[in-house]
Amino acid sequence: MLKLEGLNTHYGASHVLQGVDLDMPRGQISAVLGRNGVGKTTMVKTIMGLVAPSGGRVRVGSTDITGWAPHLVAREGVAYVPEGRLIFPDLTVMENIRVGERPTTRWPLARLLELFPSLRERAANRGSQLSGGEQQMLAIARALVSDPKVMLLDEPSQGLAPLVVRELARVIRLLREEGVTVLLVEQNMKLAEAVADQLHIMVKGRMVYRATPAVFRAEEAAIRSRFLTV
Amino acid sequence: MTTLAFLLTESLNALSQAALLFFLGVGLTLIFGLMRIVNFAHGALYMLGAFVGYSLAKGSGNFWVALVGAPLLVGMFGAGFELTVLRRLYRRDAHAFLMVTFGLALVVGEAVRLIWGPDALQVAPPSALAGVVFLLDEPFPVYRLFLVATGIVVAVAIWQFLERSKLGLLIRATSQNADMASALGVDVKRIRSSVFGIGCALAALGGVLAAPLVTASNGMAATVIIDAFVIVIIGGMGSFLGSLIGALLVGFVQVFGNYYLPDLALAFMYLVMLAVLVVRPGGLLGKET
Repeated sequence: MLKLEGLNTHYGASHVLQGVDLDMPRGQISAVLGRNGVGKTTMVKTIMGLVAPSGGRVRVGSTDITGWAPHLVAREGVAYVPEGRLIFPDLTVMENIRVGERPTTRWPLARLLELFPSLRERAANRGSQLSGGEQQMLAIARALVSDPKVMLLDEPSQGLAPLVVRELARVIRLLREEGVTVLLVEQNMKLAEAVADQLHIMVKGRMVYRATPAVFRAEEAAIRSRFLTV
Repeated sequence: MTTLAFLLTESLNALSQAALLFFLGVGLTLIFGLMRIVNFAHGALYMLGAFVGYSLAKGSGNFWVALVGAPLLVGMFGAGFELTVLRRLYRRDAHAFLMVTFGLALVVGEAVRLIWGPDALQVAPPSALAGVVFLLDEPFPVYRLFLVATGIVVAVAIWQFLERSKLGLLIRATSQNADMASALGVDVKRIRSSVFGIGCALAALGGVLAAPLVTASNGMAATVIIDAFVIVIIGGMGSFLGSLIGALLVGFVQVFGNYYLPDLALAFMYLVMLAVLVVRPGGLLGKET
């Protein structure tokens, strides 16, 4: 559903993505792990069109979206839940969601509020008044309302209490049940292992490892010390 | 004149002044809030509005045609300028915008001189608004009451537009985080063109409405742009409500200052700005950056 082929991205002179290949089948959850600064967020931003790639291709289904403007990528069915959530602080919860609303969606407001009961109670509050967990749910609701085919989640568990992370895992699994293809970029290996169908590890702007969670668990100690621990 | 009559008429005077300043300030602040650029051509577009209004009023024999037509034409001109020129500059630093909008101000100023000549041009208010009414036995120009009413109608309309309409919501979202808005499917480029056009149209509306009071003249841009900047700085760059409060403050300070201490009236405006900035460096409703 989402396919990256030899994706390259430069920030000025620094070569951040050095040929990323990633093939995400429809309705699966692919998690990308990696140390800080290996290019995970840059990869997500490049897919979204927020950063221009210097080489390679991004495909959604059969459509080549390489170099498209972000709003066109979004309209093609890619939704973005950024690192740090980036909720609009002065808009209310409802307004935050309505920004991405489309005329037809499988995720109308009523359904989203059912899915995220905490947002229903806070509907009239401003984004800046929400807790981190509520902001994360809002960021997901705001992305879902556009009825995406692909969802990019960048560090969604960052700074959240364990109970909220469990709630997050429930929502991510629900996305899969609904046929949404999920790219989950995470530092929280527990969450990634718990929900992902495929685990990928990124090192210095390249994908170096790919396995199912079961296989990963079997060789976890070796893989961890080689690619993930600092 | 009784004290009450004096206060009433001078307050209405101040409100009519504030209305004119608000049309300028609100456009300037909307544009700044969205694009983080200071539009130096705002005063020139206000002047252009007055002259275009003069021609439309003269050609049609109807002031109302000018009142609707001049903001529309100048708004379209502004949106076109954003589309063709400003759009190329967003990835550059702020100096580029200062230079380009300052250049636009010079070009518009000279174009006005070439087309309409160097002399100030009289614009007559429509006959229905030409006379005076008596308020507590004091005569007061109907036209100034009309300005107050227009100011209220436009302020409420913009407020409702920003708060209630989908486009208003998208403008507010884009002002807070343009990248995030675009990642949610908002065509940020279109929002920018629209807001620049709306801001220019509001400046032109101010110009047409000011013309019957002060005539359409080449000098009107220079005096008014400073007032507009002061309003936006007092209210907080990018804040709609701030521009309204700033316009009211400056309107009242100008009118009452002129009455009590005419020599210091101009200084008062800056003193108010200074006081606000000492207490709140980002302006009354602005965010400190």
